[in-house]
Amino acid sequence: MGLRSYIITRILLTIPTLLLLLSMVFLVMRVLPGDPVELHFEKKATPEQMEAMRRALGLDKPLWAQYTDYLWGLVDVGYLLEHGYPNLGKSMQTFEEVGGQIFSAFPATLELAIYSMLIASIIGILLGVTSSKSYNSFLDHLIRGFGTVTYAVPIFVLGMIFQLIFGVYLRWLPTGLRLDPAVNPPPTITGLYTIDSLIAANPVKFFEASKALLLPSLTLGLILSGMFIRMTRTNMLETLRLDFVTAAKARGLKESTVTYGYALRNAFLPILTMMGLQFAILLGGAILTETTFSWPGLGRYTVDRITFRDYTAIQGAVVMFGLFVTLVSLIVDILYAYFDPRIRL
Amino acid sequence: MSKAKIKQSTLGRLMPGLTSLTKRGPSGWMVILGIIIVSALVIMTVIAHWIAPHDPIEIGVGPIRAPPSSQFPMGTNHLGQDVLSRILCGGSVMLQVSILSVLVCFVVGVPLGLFSSYVGGLFDRACSLVIDAIYAFPGLVIAIAIFAMLGPGVVNMALSIAVVYIPSYFRVVRSQVLSIKELTYVEAARGIGARWHTILFRYVFPNVIPSIVVIATINFADAVLTAAGLTFIGLGVSVDIPDWGWDLKYGRELLSSGAWWVITFPGLMIILLALGFTLIGEGLSEVLNPKLQR
Repeated sequence: MGLRSYIITRILLTIPTLLLLLSMVFLVMRVLPGDPVELHFEKKATPEQMEAMRRALGLDKPLWAQYTDYLWGLVDVGYLLEHGYPNLGKSMQTFEEVGGQIFSAFPATLELAIYSMLIASIIGILLGVTSSKSYNSFLDHLIRGFGTVTYAVPIFVLGMIFQLIFGVYLRWLPTGLRLDPAVNPPPTITGLYTIDSLIAANPVKFFEASKALLLPSLTLGLILSGMFIRMTRTNMLETLRLDFVTAAKARGLKESTVTYGYALRNAFLPILTMMGLQFAILLGGAILTETTFSWPGLGRYTVDRITFRDYTAIQGAVVMFGLFVTLVSLIVDILYAYFDPRIRL
Repeated sequence: MSKAKIKQSTLGRLMPGLTSLTKRGPSGWMVILGIIIVSALVIMTVIAHWIAPHDPIEIGVGPIRAPPSSQFPMGTNHLGQDVLSRILCGGSVMLQVSILSVLVCFVVGVPLGLFSSYVGGLFDRACSLVIDAIYAFPGLVIAIAIFAMLGPGVVNMALSIAVVYIPSYFRVVRSQVLSIKELTYVEAARGIGARWHTILFRYVFPNVIPSIVVIATINFADAVLTAAGLTFIGLGVSVDIPDWGWDLKYGRELLSSGAWWVITFPGLMIILLALGFTLIGEGLSEVLNPKLQR
């Protein structure tokens, strides 16, 4: 199978997965005991008010009609072209389009996710390689110990400790928000402040945006790095034992060339797949990180909506998280097939 | 007779790990350390109300936001509550939730995995599809959605966390059974006319136990962290019950005042509890099953 037909098959296979995912979200939000409208008003509204809310949001229709409306909203291309985002219904709190709110919050989460992933990968791969090279030594145990501790530390505890040290006591870094309120955000192109400020050739804004991004992404990156260390270490231990590594050493190549140019290159593919799988965990972590750092992303949005008991918005956000994860796993699979032709056979 | 034999073989697999942990090198010691930490915290939580110097929910037992002193060894919070008393009592919800969610996962995930892989066919494929979809989804997002719909309560929190971790049990059990059911002794059992449930629960199940034990301990650690996370974002069980997660949520609002003691102590307690379970899980996975050491 060629790369192109593999990609097409893989995309087609995503459709039933997506349908299942969307149905599960609907099931949780609509069929589980607990009526969203009653929960929203906490039983403090008159039946007439609740009925009006139901009618305004289309929640008075039979379940199957709500289900088809919900699915249709996601594939309604006309709506998408008109608004620039899919139809995810209206918020129970503000009656604004949930899709619009989510799409304005999304770049913040994306930026946090990208930089955290970068930090986790760098720390994870460097420490993982070091650990596998010095197998069973004190250093190896130390690095593995660090990895074990990262599993047990709640993200928000680490985040708050960072905020206390670097924000409150040392006053080096901001403790929240994407930019200092005194600084205007750079003109929106990608929505990622660090990239947009570079495109606008504005080093001051780039510095400000990076400063704000440093603590949240370091927090999330450090917590995730434990899993990356473990994956790298295991795969490197297996690869370092293989003949071609011994052969490369025998040819007198430099230690670092053998490790990074030969062994890591070959151990990298399984690591890449695992990274794709960790992405879901990263997004879960992003919710807590965003809450800790008042980071105005999708996670923060979800948590805010929970406080207002805004169930339509929560449903939209959950759908968005699911779409994001599905998309990333699709990209990872395609990358894998590109790097490793055996997968396409 | 067969019952006694199975029992022996089950224990036989577990016993070398549990009786001679000290001889198993670092992994054995990890398990012992983990068990000590967890039991200490459980005992502390059980006897907390007798040893706490103050009522953990009484407001104004001391000055507001007082740093640690001889009278209040861990300081007081923004309501003038004694942090030490809250630390001693604050583990109960988290422990109940994690025990309950592990139980639910075990009761649902293990039989489902056993049955699904043993029966195979369409049922197995349908189960795997649904489970994989849940597995690929951000766990905390599922837990938030379900818990928000079910409403507060220890049982509801445990259920919403269990949904996230049932897939782990299902997948591990399923992959193990797939290889075990092809083994000769299972074929022999089938040959002598054993019924399917006898084969499944008496012959196959005992061989899956070590992996389940490992998954369950890791599940405990995750459940503690998820419960803390849910409480931190404001979906806790009840503000009237002292809880480390609530303390962290309210401590966050005091951060700018530099009151480190309000968040550091509850934070350390959660780390300690999760670390205890993680140590047991990581150690056991190496002691019980060298193949799992990945």
